[in-house]
Amino acid sequence: MKSVIAEDLVKTYRNGAVRALDHLSLDVEEGTVLSVLGPNGAGKTTCVRILATLLRPDSGHAMVGGIDVIKHPEKVREVIGLSGQYAAVDEILTGWDNLVMFGQLYHLGKKEAIARADELLERFSLTESAKRPIKTYSGGMRRRLDLAASLIVKPKVLFLDEPTTGLDPRGRQEMWSVIEELVKGGVTLLLTTQYLEEADQLADEIAVIDHGKVIARGTSDALKKQVGGERLEIVVEAHNIAKAMEVVATISGNKATLDEGLRMISAPVSTGATALIETLRSLDLAGIHPLDVGLKRPSLDDVFLSLTGHAAEETNEEEVTTGRRKKAKK
Amino acid sequence: MSAFKDTMIITQRQLRLLTRVPEVLIFSTIQPVMFVLLFRYVFGGSIDTGQPGGYVQLLMPGIFVQTVAFTLAGTASGLAEDLKKGLIDRFRSLPISQSALVVGRTLGDSLLNIVVLAVMGIAGYVVGWRPTSGALSVAIGFIFLLSFGYALSWVGIYVGLSASDARVVQNVSFIITFPLTFLSNAFAPTTGMPRALQYFAEWNPVSTMVAACRELFGLENEFGATAGSFPSEYPLITSFIYMIIIMVIFIPISVRKYKRAAD
Repeated sequence: MKSVIAEDLVKTYRNGAVRALDHLSLDVEEGTVLSVLGPNGAGKTTCVRILATLLRPDSGHAMVGGIDVIKHPEKVREVIGLSGQYAAVDEILTGWDNLVMFGQLYHLGKKEAIARADELLERFSLTESAKRPIKTYSGGMRRRLDLAASLIVKPKVLFLDEPTTGLDPRGRQEMWSVIEELVKGGVTLLLTTQYLEEADQLADEIAVIDHGKVIARGTSDALKKQVGGERLEIVVEAHNIAKAMEVVATISGNKATLDEGLRMISAPVSTGATALIETLRSLDLAGIHPLDVGLKRPSLDDVFLSLTGHAAEETNEEEVTTGRRKKAKK
Repeated sequence: MSAFKDTMIITQRQLRLLTRVPEVLIFSTIQPVMFVLLFRYVFGGSIDTGQPGGYVQLLMPGIFVQTVAFTLAGTASGLAEDLKKGLIDRFRSLPISQSALVVGRTLGDSLLNIVVLAVMGIAGYVVGWRPTSGALSVAIGFIFLLSFGYALSWVGIYVGLSASDARVVQNVSFIITFPLTFLSNAFAPTTGMPRALQYFAEWNPVSTMVAACRELFGLENEFGATAGSFPSEYPLITSFIYMIIIMVIFIPISVRKYKRAAD
């Protein structure tokens, strides 16, 4: 069963001048993780905001947990959790205050709200800082608290909009392990990110979006295959380049390319490690000793570049997806 | 019923913020008390009111009204801050009554006004303010003041949701409230103003509120009764009508705006 379905979503801003979503369609199978991957301004946040009932699309349909987002937003709100790019918690209140308040707003009784707050603080290693105001928290702690706030009533579908943007590597690692933990618990998760490795790490399936449309989707492996298989890369001394290129081309069956600066020869291969061994043997016979050698699987960066013609980290336009709000500093 | 509970939880949040950052409460009261002292001793000596008790009797209603008028700015900037931090998104994604957040905030800001008015009343008493009308009238006067502040906090909700930046909100609120409080009978008679401004000042809701409070606190309203116009003859009724108009306009448009925040 599909927990999230978006069909043909269109959303424009400034009277149509900016097209944030351009007939975007996607779906998420129950209990799985879909990562929506794209650069800034691709439409990720707009998509999440529509699915989380914060924004109405100009046209198109969306269902979350089997409920129509546009017709029954109030029912959708009962089954979702949302955690955004911003730690949307009250900075002046303590972590505990925040969770108890949100618990009460989810209509838990006071006692129940307190019990749930304590439980979540424990689970996200925030018990020690529970009674401190959020403004004293580190970026990673804030995000964890924000995530905790979205889990108060055990949502069926969880939306995480760029959960690690702006975090340092340690904060990101912590966040990843928290999210992995959640996924094991069986929640359906739609996660947006501009980090390729994040999508690779967390998602069952990836939807690559650019200019408001899904331009490719599939598992991480499938997307990598779409770009091509593995590449053989060797680095040799300058006087051996010509000969080595011949060897590589013969084994690969394809034209070898040369990066002159790095003196790196590369070519696509289909037989993986076997091709590597053959190459080394032939080079050895020819009396060439490579300085470096390796098989490289295409990264999601390569995927993105080949799909969109521009790199994923590139900021190609003003961030319009959050409506009026200003984009957080990079 | 659950809408009521949601609203109360938001109001509680407002109050908890005050206990967590007591500076907010301290400065919200210091400022009006400072106005009381400054006006009382700077202008009080040179303005002859011709009434027993002197300038401070006329001044206090003026400062009370000015203070509740500034509720607009407080509500607006608080809400703009929540919007900027993404808190509004979170609230809107919760299965709660969609108006709870804004109603809760207006109520919370009114509760803050109770504290501020009480402190000002005490400060006024210390520097010689003595209402002469009796407890009931004085109580009605304060209820009037709180209601006026409440009505204006709905304008604040609209301003807070409309502006793009908390600093802009500050400026906009200031531009709305400052001329209103000074182009009025709050601190000086309107009779000295140019003719056009006099009309404005007499119909200004701040003036009608000040005049109403002066009546309720047992004074004759001297400042601004120039032409025997309707608002200066019937300040209580006029003020009441103004509050109704403000709420009838701003409650629906603010709630609508909130539901579409950042749409």
